Amino acid sequence: MALLRYESQVRPPLVEGDKDYHQVTEDICRPVEARPTRAWWIGFIVSVLFLCFGILSVTIEVIYGIGQWNLHKTVGWGWDITNFVWWIGIGHAGTLISAILLLFRQGWRTGVNRAAEAMTIFAVMCAGQFPIWHMGRVWNAFFVLPYPNTRGPLWVNFNSPLLWDVFAISTYFTVSLLFWYSGLIPDVATLRDRAKKKWAKMFYGVAAFGWTGSTKHWQRHEALSLVLAGLSTPLVLSVHTIVSFDFATSVVPGWHTTIFPPYFVAGAIFSGFAMVQTLLVVTRKVLALEDYITIEHIDVMNKIIVLTGSIVGIAYLTELFMAWYSAVEYENFAFFENRLNLNSPYGWSYWIMMGCNVLSPQIFWFRKMRRSLVVTFFMSILVNIGMWFERFVIIVTSVYRDYLPSAWSTYYTPTIWEVGFYLGTFGLFFTCYFLFAKFFPVIAIAEIKHILKRSGENYKEKMDEIEHESTEEFVEKHGHDHGA
Amino acid sequence: MAVKKFIVGNFYDEAILFPAVKKVRRAGYKIHDVFTPFPIHGLDKAMGLRDTSLHTAGFIYGITGTATAVGFITWALSVDWKLNFGGKPFFSLPAWIPITFELTVLFASVGMVLTFCYLCQLAPFVKKDHFNIRSTDDTFVMALECTEKTNEAEAMKFLKEVGAAEVQVQYKETGWWLGRYDKDTMRFERKKEQEAVH
Repeated sequence: MALLRYESQVRPPLVEGDKDYHQVTEDICRPVEARPTRAWWIGFIVSVLFLCFGILSVTIEVIYGIGQWNLHKTVGWGWDITNFVWWIGIGHAGTLISAILLLFRQGWRTGVNRAAEAMTIFAVMCAGQFPIWHMGRVWNAFFVLPYPNTRGPLWVNFNSPLLWDVFAISTYFTVSLLFWYSGLIPDVATLRDRAKKKWAKMFYGVAAFGWTGSTKHWQRHEALSLVLAGLSTPLVLSVHTIVSFDFATSVVPGWHTTIFPPYFVAGAIFSGFAMVQTLLVVTRKVLALEDYITIEHIDVMNKIIVLTGSIVGIAYLTELFMAWYSAVEYENFAFFENRLNLNSPYGWSYWIMMGCNVLSPQIFWFRKMRRSLVVTFFMSILVNIGMWFERFVIIVTSVYRDYLPSAWSTYYTPTIWEVGFYLGTFGLFFTCYFLFAKFFPVIAIAEIKHILKRSGENYKEKMDEIEHESTEEFVEKHGHDHGA
Repeated sequence: MAVKKFIVGNFYDEAILFPAVKKVRRAGYKIHDVFTPFPIHGLDKAMGLRDTSLHTAGFIYGITGTATAVGFITWALSVDWKLNFGGKPFFSLPAWIPITFELTVLFASVGMVLTFCYLCQLAPFVKKDHFNIRSTDDTFVMALECTEKTNEAEAMKFLKEVGAAEVQVQYKETGWWLGRYDKDTMRFERKKEQEAVH
């Protein structure tokens, strides 16, 4: 009893049911060790088909050139960069959960961090595709790296936000991968030591890097996690800030605003949490992990969704106010004619964005709605649609009608290959996620064990008893345990 | 490294393990290591391990990243090939902050992870002897190293007394070697030794 650590009874348990350490291992390893289910195969095959269609779309784009997309003189960034910003934003929730919530000592992150970090990595992989294939002559993609070349050497432009992006995204991907994998090593070692099949012993044996669980190694592991979290926190803020600089440092009305960095970061976290909800509502059900990813987790994440959704809403209104207050006619035109006016060619997209991102999440002020899986799942899809439209609105409505009416473009609609590329990244994302959910534990086993005696339901009940005892009773019953 | 003799005690509750570690140390036994399924805060202190310096290493890597970025960009844009970007100064430090920051983070993270792997001997195909494979599941395993002075029976009895559920004597390799977990491999030197005996 001496080591039962106190946690307020006001906080609901993070692990439900009567669990001990071994039970935790069993529960989380079961889906990995069992044969893949029919649902898994169907989901996996559908994802691979999407991926194949994406590969076809990209191949056609590479063979025939960017002309296969409907981009033209003024709308030079269309679906492609919209999708890039959308995917990179989704990634942000994973880092927020794994890094920022670690620094804030939020115990509930342990149930969802592993899956969310995996989501981050896959989302960044998808995001990276868009600027790369958008280069057109993709075989020259390495030109973005500052390497000694035969052209002088002519260095890349270190003053350009587009180059900052190259560094930001690649650093973000590398650090997320290292953070995720270093956390995964002890859990892979658990799988290795439980493995019965030869291939599993071999595979997890290699992947566990020879982890033993030595106290000294754990001490270093803790230090590493903490410092990586400390590094990832400003990193994740910097990544979307830099993405927003791609727009904000230009002089295009609708892009040229100083509010972009915080507004983009809030939007990124908003859409990322929506994607986490989409994935986890299904994952917890399919893998029978409801005891670890509880309604409480869903509830907390919905609170973050309503918070960040409202921040994004304030940002939208601030933009409108600043456009009016600036008294610049081009700014006014960009915001009040190209966006706000429902009768303008793209007015509909602005109102989809407003409806999905600002109005609909307000439903989460109600506890009952936050705790409803159906509402959560539906809302998570809606938010993702809304956030996609946010990027679409920012990119397309700012450039299709700018300063000179003679340069106003025709209505931009994507071709099948632009859409196909986007669908292909869904294929890539879900293919990776299905493989991850099959071969790796989707919940951090060691971290759950770490909080089990503080936040597990059966341990909290014991705590409850102690709280209701008088001091004399407590000393009588448990006092002799101390130091025994 | 060589094969050594250990007395191994299994514990099933960290509340018993903690005082046991203290008592075992007080009694003068040499704890080789304690293997736990998850990090137990304070156990390193109880075992008398010193704090890790990984943070310091991370700081040094980070500073290296900062210096690399600032140094390289300064040299490339204001010494090697001066390019006029819209009339801005060649040495325009504020515009270089994003990349400087990213490289700082990149160097610190990659450096720390590599250092961590080096210190803990973690790499693909690295194999180590385990005292109890359930130490990655639910068992806390304490291994005492036997010296020529150790009274085996007494040490085993002592471990039982302080709360170990099971106690055994095990001969284990203390180092690491390249091998696979689906095969029964051993260190190269040991293999040669064994072949010489047979």
